Amino acid sequence: MQMRRRMLILTLTIVTTCVTVAGGEVRGAGWSAAQPAQQDEFVPIDELPPEDQLPAAPLLVAAYAFAWVAIFGYLWSIWRRLTKVEQELAELARRAAER
Amino acid sequence: MTRRLFGPLIAVATLLFAGAPVLIAWAPYESTMGLVQKIFYFHVASWVMMFLSAFVCGVASAVFLFKGRVAADRVAAAAAELAVIFGLIGLVTGPLWARKAWGVWWQWDARLTMALVLWMIFTAYLLLREYGGPGSEKLAAGVALFGLANVPFVYWSVNVWRTIHPTTNVVPTLVPGMAGALWWSLVAFLLLYTAAMMARVRLEGQRAALDQLYRDLDDWGGQPHNEG
Repeated sequence: MQMRRRMLILTLTIVTTCVTVAGGEVRGAGWSAAQPAQQDEFVPIDELPPEDQLPAAPLLVAAYAFAWVAIFGYLWSIWRRLTKVEQELAELARRAAER
Repeated sequence: MTRRLFGPLIAVATLLFAGAPVLIAWAPYESTMGLVQKIFYFHVASWVMMFLSAFVCGVASAVFLFKGRVAADRVAAAAAELAVIFGLIGLVTGPLWARKAWGVWWQWDARLTMALVLWMIFTAYLLLREYGGPGSEKLAAGVALFGLANVPFVYWSVNVWRTIHPTTNVVPTLVPGMAGALWWSLVAFLLLYTAAMMARVRLEGQRAALDQLYRDLDDWGGQPHNEG
């Protein structure tokens, strides 16, 4: 039963990976056919529609903020898990010694 | 030894992380992308750590599979989690950069798609270990070998296939101002990676000790067995 469950999980993992790769290839083929158009005039940025005047600073700040939060959040999660396990271990060792 | 090293490692890594924005701000602007190109310094560093984790996880999994060393399995489990974390940073910072530089958040080209697949392989590794039941460590170790085999394809994909992503030639040809900021970030990430790896391996070791203690108590007819 356990073996069957494990085989099912493994099969699902492989199928998901294959579907993602196949989907990427189909879309990738479409991309390579579409070349960016050659530039024949320069347009000042303030003449662009508002949705195209994308400032770089918020994206840069978001990227660095995410990296900081992910790294230090992950370290904090390890510390929390480790503390919990070590407390449980000490408690069990104490009970075992009492017997 | 591990505990004594952990504090200084975290302290130095945090100092380097605090100093990184200064060096990155001093680094010259790239001619076509401007300010947003500065995402590069953390984006590349996170992918380097992802590749390192994939390598460590793959090698440790091979040692576990072929030599049966349980300690190697603990290292592999720790490295897989780090691969997922650093891969996630790479997968989030990349689209933030791409939105400005390419005009799109994501492109299904060879590099980006293979990088996503690599990240999914290590996510699958963690899911297998968590929900696969007894004996799933060996199945997960097999998955890690596929992850390891995928790394060179991801790295060289930009040189082999037509892709929108910059080639691997960008890093060796960086001007000193840019190279300094990148190396600083890489060292900061590497120290933090080492500290996280040490703590995570210790967590796996303590979990194993806890499971053993529960089993011993079960044998003595005392405590109920804890599956968690």
